[in-house]
Amino acid sequence: MTFDVPEDCYYLDSHEWYRPMDGKIGISDFAQDELGDVVFVELPAVGDHIEQDDEFGVVESIKAVSDLYAPVSGEVVAVNDDLESQPELVNEDPFGDGWLLEVEIDDDGELENLLDDEDYDAQIQ
Amino acid sequence: MSLRTPPLHARHDDRGAKFTEFGGWDMPVEFTSIREEHASVREHAGSFDVSHMGQIFVSGPDAVALTNRLTTNDVNTLSPGDAQYAAITDEDGVMLDDVVVYCLPESDEHDLLFVPNAGHDEQMVTRWERFRDQWELDATIENATADYGMVAVQGPDAPGIVADRAEPTGSPENTDGSVLDLSKFQATYADVEGVECWVARTGYTGEDGFELVFPADQAEAVWDSIVEDAEPCGLGARDTLRMEMGFLLSGQDFHPEDEPRTPYEARIGFTVKLDTKFVGHDALERQKADGVDQQFVGIVLEERGVPRHGYDLEMPDGEHVGHLTSGTMSPTLDEPIGLGYLDVEHAESGTELNVVIRDRPKTATVTYPPFLEDQ
Repeated sequence: MTFDVPEDCYYLDSHEWYRPMDGKIGISDFAQDELGDVVFVELPAVGDHIEQDDEFGVVESIKAVSDLYAPVSGEVVAVNDDLESQPELVNEDPFGDGWLLEVEIDDDGELENLLDDEDYDAQIQ
Repeated sequence: MSLRTPPLHARHDDRGAKFTEFGGWDMPVEFTSIREEHASVREHAGSFDVSHMGQIFVSGPDAVALTNRLTTNDVNTLSPGDAQYAAITDEDGVMLDDVVVYCLPESDEHDLLFVPNAGHDEQMVTRWERFRDQWELDATIENATADYGMVAVQGPDAPGIVADRAEPTGSPENTDGSVLDLSKFQATYADVEGVECWVARTGYTGEDGFELVFPADQAEAVWDSIVEDAEPCGLGARDTLRMEMGFLLSGQDFHPEDEPRTPYEARIGFTVKLDTKFVGHDALERQKADGVDQQFVGIVLEERGVPRHGYDLEMPDGEHVGHLTSGTMSPTLDEPIGLGYLDVEHAESGTELNVVIRDRPKTATVTYPPFLEDQ
């Protein structure tokens, strides 16, 4: 099975991604496939601050509850409200309409702590 | 310890199933998506490999007497081809497992077949042997779990799909030539694709359908034919389907150590026949007279979230009144539903209470399953 691993994203080994281009955070194609049908997402509010590697929310599928970890530190500037009524967007389009948060990153230096697309791709093989 | 595998494991692997450990078995949990598989069973038909369920034969002059004294229900009432749901209880009336007992045809070399849950087969065989010896009864107990496969075909179209393939052999004589003649909880031997199957009108989904038991080395012939018309479904959908009906899951909704419950607390008192003598009888007779402190209920969450096993139930003032043992987002209703045990004084249908999810109380309403109407 092959999974989408866009090269413009950085990854945590717990399968969250951060995209410098638009500041968005989400979970990977591999993660949504492992979880199965996503039915509920619990996210912080706009204005909250998240810390790299700390829990920032929860994603639940029919069969499992999974904590979400922050790939970078920063202030939440937008939350994907569509997921409240359409959590399945996380399955259908994990790098597009299924994004979770948009953040204003504190320190670009944190990207060094993340995996690039090649390393992440190797991890999920 | 290595996991036990069903005879169809390679078939499921070829199809790209995801697997999970369940009761010591490596079983398919999902083929395409739990939601899709669930819908196919409610709307059309699905097939489940349930070979992790045990098969135990009991034979000999005291087969019925022994089994009657180890199950809460009345095995004496069974005629050949009848199936019966029962609980297995200890001296305190606490459920060790729940089983289906089948009365086999007179011509059969065995008298009874009973089907315990995954991973309980060895424990049950030991129990039957121990009490046989203690009571000096004449019965043989055979654990045939590894020798048989089992498939459940469930859904509104399932009866026709099975009937098209199954030719009853006339043993026992409870059909007029079609498995469609079987009532709920009746069974017959039938030929399916050249394989002799024990075909029972039973299931765990709330839908009509059959469960088939057949020799493990002929499992593929039966499975390959049935999945042409009934979508393969995994244990994930089996779990969401049974939760919508409020059916108990052994080891989760009751467990002798982690969740010790009697049949009355679990609201399956209909399986307890106090006019028979069985292990746990006296404790259950007392509890029936005294009443239970907690009982099995359903809840519907009124806020966003998903109820899960282990979550506490509180009254709006914070009083702890119970906990959940199962829960999910109901795929049919698209509502968060839960099952669990609640103090009887708060267990009236319509009572508002809170489910504590990650330290936060969320509003829920007490109800009694099934959650679905018209099943």
